Amino acid sequence: MTATDTTDTVDHPARRGGLAGAARARLQQLLALASLLVIGAFFSVASPFFLTYGNFTAILFSTVVIGTLAVGTTLVIVSGGIDLSLGTGMALCAVVAGVLMVDLGLPLAVGVPAAILFGGLIGLVNGLNVTLLGIPPFIATLAMMLVAGGLALVLSNSAPIYFTDVPGYLDISTGNLVPGVDFPNAVLILLVAAVVAGLVLSRTVLGRHTYSVGSNEAATALSGVDVRRVKIAVYVLAGLFTGLAGILISARLGSAQPATGMGYELQAIAAVVIGGTSLSGGRGSVVGTLIGALIISVLNNGLQIMSIPQEWQNVILGCVILVAVYADMLRRRRRG
Amino acid sequence: MGGTTHSSTDPFPPLLDVSDVTRSFPGVRALSGMRLDLRHGEVLALVGENGAGKSTLMRLLSGVDQPDTGRFLLDGREIRPSGPGHARSLGIGIIHQEFSLVPDLTVAQNLFLGREPRRWRWFVDRRALDRRAAELVAELGLPLDPDAPVATLSVAHQQLVEIARALSHRPRVLIMDEPTAALDADEVETLHALIRRFQGPNTGVIYISHRMDEIRRVADRITVIRDGRYVATRAVSTTSTDEVVSLMVGRAVATSTAPAPTRVARRPGPVVLSVRGLSTRGLLRDVSFDLHEGEILGFAGLMGAGRTETARALVGADPSTGGTVEVRGRPARIRNPAEAAALGVGYLSEDRKRYGLLLDHDVGTNITLAALASRFATAGVVRRRAARTAAQGYVRALGVRTPSLDRPVRNLSGGNQQKVVLARWLARDCDVLIVDEPTRGVDVGAKEEIHQLLEGLANDGTSVIVISSELPEVLRLSDRVVVMSEGRVTGILPAAEASQEAIMRYATLRPENTGTPPPDRDAPGDQYRAGAPEPTAPEHGREARP
Repeated sequence: MTATDTTDTVDHPARRGGLAGAARARLQQLLALASLLVIGAFFSVASPFFLTYGNFTAILFSTVVIGTLAVGTTLVIVSGGIDLSLGTGMALCAVVAGVLMVDLGLPLAVGVPAAILFGGLIGLVNGLNVTLLGIPPFIATLAMMLVAGGLALVLSNSAPIYFTDVPGYLDISTGNLVPGVDFPNAVLILLVAAVVAGLVLSRTVLGRHTYSVGSNEAATALSGVDVRRVKIAVYVLAGLFTGLAGILISARLGSAQPATGMGYELQAIAAVVIGGTSLSGGRGSVVGTLIGALIISVLNNGLQIMSIPQEWQNVILGCVILVAVYADMLRRRRRG
Repeated sequence: MGGTTHSSTDPFPPLLDVSDVTRSFPGVRALSGMRLDLRHGEVLALVGENGAGKSTLMRLLSGVDQPDTGRFLLDGREIRPSGPGHARSLGIGIIHQEFSLVPDLTVAQNLFLGREPRRWRWFVDRRALDRRAAELVAELGLPLDPDAPVATLSVAHQQLVEIARALSHRPRVLIMDEPTAALDADEVETLHALIRRFQGPNTGVIYISHRMDEIRRVADRITVIRDGRYVATRAVSTTSTDEVVSLMVGRAVATSTAPAPTRVARRPGPVVLSVRGLSTRGLLRDVSFDLHEGEILGFAGLMGAGRTETARALVGADPSTGGTVEVRGRPARIRNPAEAAALGVGYLSEDRKRYGLLLDHDVGTNITLAALASRFATAGVVRRRAARTAAQGYVRALGVRTPSLDRPVRNLSGGNQQKVVLARWLARDCDVLIVDEPTRGVDVGAKEEIHQLLEGLANDGTSVIVISSELPEVLRLSDRVVVMSEGRVTGILPAAEASQEAIMRYATLRPENTGTPPPDRDAPGDQYRAGAPEPTAPEHGREARP
């Protein structure tokens, strides 16, 4: 067994897979990107109103909320968990922002970070329930979904809270960083948040451990990694993104709508799944998730422009999810 | 060494005749020319070391797997079991070591699982189910409540449910795989009574066990197999435990017990890890031993003796109910593997696919997993180049055969996968490394490399615990050997006195008969022998060898 026979002992088909190693990780994203372009091309041909700058920014703008939630939950899903409390958690964070800044009159610089941190708190509770109490993530966050949705109604007396008297709040979403250039701030915020999440996932110890936990939790624990801390951190991060989404959506609407959160979590999970992240954990990327969120937005936008009734949009979206996930599985199986 | 066999022209064929059965797996010949004959009305004990081929033979007889060559004759007629259900209908009943019961169902429901009495085709006839279950339990004289959920029963009673289910099919041949592993003395007696009641002139029992005392009580003849081959068959009345044990380990003992040529005399240093009275809820009782610096401590014992459980409890992977651990003289409270690793104690599981590898992740990721936070990161950010360079270094040093670090470990061979998990702990730089079955499923060349690697580690001052079911491996590597049986330490032997015979003797002890387990004394050369059934000099076994 000398170093000389290093390559000879490796079987050939496997070697091909190995050479493609780094490129293959990208392939999954390339596929998603390709589908995005195909869908875009289709709508461009089908409707003259699709391929315009105005519509382009409109699509990006409509991706912001789902995108932010989806980026946060990508971390949780890569770790092998799931977070169903994103949607109502977002509504609760928006209400908290309203209570702090409208009812209590706190300034923007305090209210916004506090609302985001409140999202982190929701995530912390989720994380503790999953790790210390050992409640399965689906159930722990399902419970939190109900708790957060209820609290949002309680705190707001079931009425929207309007931010009209909070100076500058609406600009968080709809303003333009460069005056005169029509590019909404919310899109920039999403991009920055996504870059941060992407770096956390790909470059930090926490991120690498997140993949490991999702891939094989028992093996990761036996390797001396404190799995509980990883999981708690991941839920907290997802919570912070929930808080951010709460700010973005309420700034866009000009109000905190306590009853609107439900359902967003499933859209976010759909974006994650379309983006090639495995629901069983260990595999996925923020870039893929962003593309997944964009695919959903483009579909909704394009179908709207083509005057296809709203009712059909979800039917088509459901089919897209099935096709996307099945195509991914096929590719994976062929690779064997 | 001969053995009582029959010729195929026998006018009175045996109940079950297994002849010339061969089964190979890639790289392994699990069975080769295996044969045995079970006579009408007898209990035949089947004995052999771990990995001798007993389980493979069972799988073939139960139809889970098919032989490459050879045949099974039942009453002189060839049978080809194609699956467990088919085997059962042919008259072969098997009770596996691992139960196949559904914990949430009642005893009655389990007994008739898959063949529930029906009413109106679609509905379970619960009254008939209860009645038939009660009849069965009464007929077999079992202390079971048919309405009790199986989950509420003791392991022993679950075992009885399993046996009752097998017997309810009225098998001609009943095969029991280590049926008493979980039973205490009284329950063993109940089981043996059950076997006697089952046994008629037209049935037979194959009783797989390691426990010679039980075999002597219940069996008529003993068939010994080794390395997938038939060795000998002896009548219980004319053989001795010593003879059977030496037949079991008889394999080329001359070469395997001799110290390996590369072996250098290590001079272990002070005690690094001291374990006292480690116990767990399930199995372990009062496990105590010391590990010295630069020592390789072997852990030997039969399946289920508690070696893996000891390691897992030690590193906090499973909860322990008692005992103390000292690392370098300092009391340590280890609640999870992360705390163990922080103290410099690493554990490599026996099941590398389940508890070791991130199969879909690449070689580099797998190697750096344990040391990522401590060695390859600054302020929580991974230094990717440093990690990659280090991983590359381990790939080269250990001779991991992979074309690149980016290859998913799933695509590597077993030996290379094992080197990857070893590299993971080398990267972490542990003081104490516990390796569980380090060469299971690994080819010969890689095995030798792994052995040399472990020896090199010990020579460099790392303390290594090697848990292995392969006695030659334990003997080759160990400075001392801890032998366990049924959750207790039954003996700690210095290398000079460890032989396959000696280890097997301690490994087959029922700890109840041995009194309190021994305290491990400090000096590595120190020797302790628990009360063996008969005092045996190491030479004794050697004389018996050919």
